[in-house]
Amino acid sequence: MLHRLALALGLILTPLAVHAAGDIADFTLENGMQVVVIEDHRAPAVTHMVWYRVGAADEPPGQSGIAHFLEHLMFKATDTMASGEFSAVVEANGGSDNAFTSWDYTAYFQRVATDRLGLMMQMEADRMRNLRFDPAEVATERSVILEERAQRVDSSAGALFNEQARAALFLNHPYGIPIIGWRHEMETLDVDHLQAFYDSWYHPNNAILIVAGDVTPDEVRALAEEHYGPIPASDALPPRLRPLEPPHIADRRLVYEDARVANPYVSIQMLAPVREPGDQAEAAALVYLAEILGGGQTSLLSRRLQNEEQRSLYAAAFYDSTSVDPSGFTLVNIPVPGVSLEEAEADLWRIVEGFLADGIDPEQFERIRFRIEAGEIYEEDDTAGLARSYGVDLSTGLGIADIEGWTDTLAAVTPEDVMEAARRLFSDPSTVTGYLVRPQDNAQADSAEVGQ
Amino acid sequence: MIPRLAAALCAIWFALPALATIDIEEVTSPGGIEAWLVEDHSIPFVALEFWFVGGSALDAPEARGATYLMMGLLEEGAADMDAQAFAAEVEGLATAFSFDAAGDAVTVSARMLTQNRTEAADLLRAALVEPRFDEDAIERVRGQVLSIIEGNARNPSDIARTTFNAMAYGDHPYGTPQEGSVDSVTALTRDDILAAHRAALTRDRVVVGAAGDITAEELGALIDRILGDLPAEAPPRPDPVTLDLPGGITVVDFPSPQSVAFFGHAGIDRDDPDFFAAFVLNQVLGGGGFRSRLMEEVRVARGLTYGIGSFLSLADLSPAILGQFSSSNELVAEAIEVVRAEWSDLAQNGITEEELEAAKRYMTGEYPLRFDGNGTIAGILASMQSDDMPVDYITNRNSYIEAVTLEDVRRVAARLLDPEALHFVVVGQPQNVSPGN
Repeated sequence: MLHRLALALGLILTPLAVHAAGDIADFTLENGMQVVVIEDHRAPAVTHMVWYRVGAADEPPGQSGIAHFLEHLMFKATDTMASGEFSAVVEANGGSDNAFTSWDYTAYFQRVATDRLGLMMQMEADRMRNLRFDPAEVATERSVILEERAQRVDSSAGALFNEQARAALFLNHPYGIPIIGWRHEMETLDVDHLQAFYDSWYHPNNAILIVAGDVTPDEVRALAEEHYGPIPASDALPPRLRPLEPPHIADRRLVYEDARVANPYVSIQMLAPVREPGDQAEAAALVYLAEILGGGQTSLLSRRLQNEEQRSLYAAAFYDSTSVDPSGFTLVNIPVPGVSLEEAEADLWRIVEGFLADGIDPEQFERIRFRIEAGEIYEEDDTAGLARSYGVDLSTGLGIADIEGWTDTLAAVTPEDVMEAARRLFSDPSTVTGYLVRPQDNAQADSAEVGQ
Repeated sequence: MIPRLAAALCAIWFALPALATIDIEEVTSPGGIEAWLVEDHSIPFVALEFWFVGGSALDAPEARGATYLMMGLLEEGAADMDAQAFAAEVEGLATAFSFDAAGDAVTVSARMLTQNRTEAADLLRAALVEPRFDEDAIERVRGQVLSIIEGNARNPSDIARTTFNAMAYGDHPYGTPQEGSVDSVTALTRDDILAAHRAALTRDRVVVGAAGDITAEELGALIDRILGDLPAEAPPRPDPVTLDLPGGITVVDFPSPQSVAFFGHAGIDRDDPDFFAAFVLNQVLGGGGFRSRLMEEVRVARGLTYGIGSFLSLADLSPAILGQFSSSNELVAEAIEVVRAEWSDLAQNGITEEELEAAKRYMTGEYPLRFDGNGTIAGILASMQSDDMPVDYITNRNSYIEAVTLEDVRRVAARLLDPEALHFVVVGQPQNVSPGN
C-alpha cells in the first residue's frame, strides 16, 4: 500500500544499488570510448546501451531542455538513414529501443536478439556523428517536447511543486533547472542550438558502451572496434565544470497552491554529499541513514508516524547517492486529515532529533545490512538493470574500481559511521521546506508562515 | 503510409531471431495444486507468482473496495505478528512480497532466497491464511486508500478512465473503480474485509508460476505449505457484460493546460478465431513502439501529443479495444479527428503488405526476448494459466502470428473497428470539442 501511495505522488524510491561481482569485463577503445560487458547467457538477447557524459546540467545558459531535445532528434535522419528509420529497423528486427536524459547523462538503448548486436552498433555509431537536423522536423519535434512537458509536469501539481522546490534548493548549480526545460526557453530552441550541443559532446571519448546479455567480452570488443573504433576522438571536449553551490546559510520556504492537490504534504530538502571517486564512505553511511529514517515499513518515520501515532499517511526519506555534484537528501510527510502541514513538518524534525539522541536499533541495522547483501543476489536476475546502474555510475564520474568497491564499502559501514554522517548532515542544515497545498488550505498555511 | 521507411527496411532484411528455449515443467503438488515451473539454478533464489482469478469484481455490491482494501492489509500483520513485527520478519529474511488487486484477479508476487526459503514460505502462508486485519491496521490502510481515491479524483487520466467505465458498464463491477468510493470505503467493516478474503483467496481459482532455484518436488511441497490451508471453493463470478456505449464525445471539465482523451469500443475475445489477426491489427494501429499509425500520424507527423497508443483489453467479462493520449487543449480536437480518420481508414482498407510484415517481424522477434529473468518468467507463466492457455503456447505462439494474412486483418478490421462507435472521454478544457460531435 505504501509503495502505491509513493508512486501516486511521483516519489521515486531509490533502490539500494549494489553490483554483482562476477562476469563483468571492461576495456577502452583506442579512441577513448569506454566499454563494459555484463554476461548473462540465460536468454538469447542483449541490451545495448550508449551513455554520453552530458546531461541537462551541462546546458548553455538560456537553453534549458536542449540535452533532452537532442535526445529526441537522435531518432531522426542521419547522412545515410531516413528519419525514424532507426526505430523502424530495431522493431523490424524484433527489438525495442528508447532513450533517457538526466542532469548528468543521456543514454540510448536497444534490447534485441544477440545476433542483431552488430546492426545496433552500426546504427548507434552512425548517429553519434552523422545526425542531420531538418528545420521542419525540429519544429514538429519541439511541439512534441512541449506536449511532453504539458503531460508530465504542467498536468501534475506534484511535479510542478517538485520543480519549484528543486529550483529553490540549488542557488547556483544547474541541478535546479528542470531536465525537460523551462517552457519559455524550450520554445526558443532551434537547429543551431542543437548542432552546437551535439558537436560539443557527442564523441566516442565522451561515451560509454554497455552491453549486457548473451555475449562474451571478445565478441563485444570485435564488434565495437569495427563499428565505434573508426570514429575519431574529439580534442575539444568541454570540461564538465558546473557552477557550484555557495554555502547555504539561509533556510528557504515555499508554498505551492494548486486545486489539483489531493493530499497536501511537506517536504524538507538539504544538500548532501555523494559518492566521489575513491571516497564513497560518507555516501554509503547516508544510504543507511535514509533506510533507517525512512526507507520502509520498519523505518523510524514509518513506524512512529504511520503506525504508532497514526499521524501520517506516508512518511519517508530519500537520498540519491550517485551524481556528479552534491545532490539532495529529502524528508517527506503526508499527514492524515486533521494534522496540519506545520505539525507534519514538526513531526519530521521530532523524529530526526529523537534519532540523533537515541541512536540506532542494532537489530534494524543488521536487517538492513542483510537486505543490502541479498540485493546483490536479486540484482543478478536483472541484467538490464545492472547495465543501467553501471551507466549511471560511470557517467557521473565514478570508476570501475569505485563500482566494484561499493559493495564492500556498504558492508563496512558501522552504526557509528551512520550516526556521524547524520550529525554532519543535520548539524547546521540550511533547508528548503516546501508545502504543497490546496487553495482551501491556504489560509492555514499563510498563518503558519507568519508564525515561523 | 511511410513508404519511404518500408523501402529503406528492405535493404537490411534479416532472418528471424532464434526462439527462446524455455522448458516448462508442469507440477502438481501433493495437495493437488497445479503449477508451472522454469528451473534455473544459476542464482540462489526463486520467484513465485500466485494469481487468484476472480479479483475485485467479486466485491459485494454494497462493499465496493473491500477486495482492494483487504489485499492492502495482507502485509499489515498475520498470526502472532502485528504489522511492525511482520514487516521486520520480511526485512530480516530479505524476502519480498507484493499483494495486488485487479478487476479479474488478485495477485501475490514473492521472491525468496534459497538459504531461508522455508521461513519465508511460512511468513507468506501466515499473510495469506492468517491475516489479522487488526482494527488499527484497518484504519491506517483505510486512510491510505481514501487518500488514493482522492488523488485519483483529481487526476485527469483516472477521471477519464473512470468516466468511460461508468458510462460503459453502469452497475456491473467493471463500472466502478476497484478502490471503491469515499462513501463505500468509509462504510467498510471488518466483516466485509473477512468476506472479501474468503471470496478472493481460494485454492480452486489459483494459478502458480515459479522460476529459479527450486526443483519440481521442492516446489510442490512449498506450494502446499503456503496455500494448503486456504479454502477450496470459490464463489461465482459476475456475468459477462457487453460494452455498448454509443459513439461520441464526453467532455469532463478539468482546469489544466492539457486534455486527456480516453477512447474505445467493444473488442474481441481471446478465443475468437480472429484473435491473432486482431492482435496484429492493433500492433499496426497503436501498438508499442514509435511506428504505429497513431504514433506516426498524431505525434511524428503533427506534433499533437507526446504519446498515443491503443490496446486490446482482454478483461475476462468484456473485451474492448481502448486507447489514450494527452494533447494541449487547443490541439486535442485535431488529434481526435486524426484518430477517427485512422480508425476509418483501417476499417475500410485494412493494412498494407509492408505493415503486415513489419508487425509480424516485431511481434515474433520481441516475444522470445521477454523471458529474461526469474521474476519476469514466473509472471508470464501465471498469466498464461490465468488465460487458460496450453503449456505449448510459448512454442506455438509465433506460428499463430506468422499465419495471419492480409485478408485476415482486413476481415477483422472491418468487423472490429467502427469509427461510429468510437467514444472519447475528454478531461480538460478542450477547444472546439463539443459533446456528441
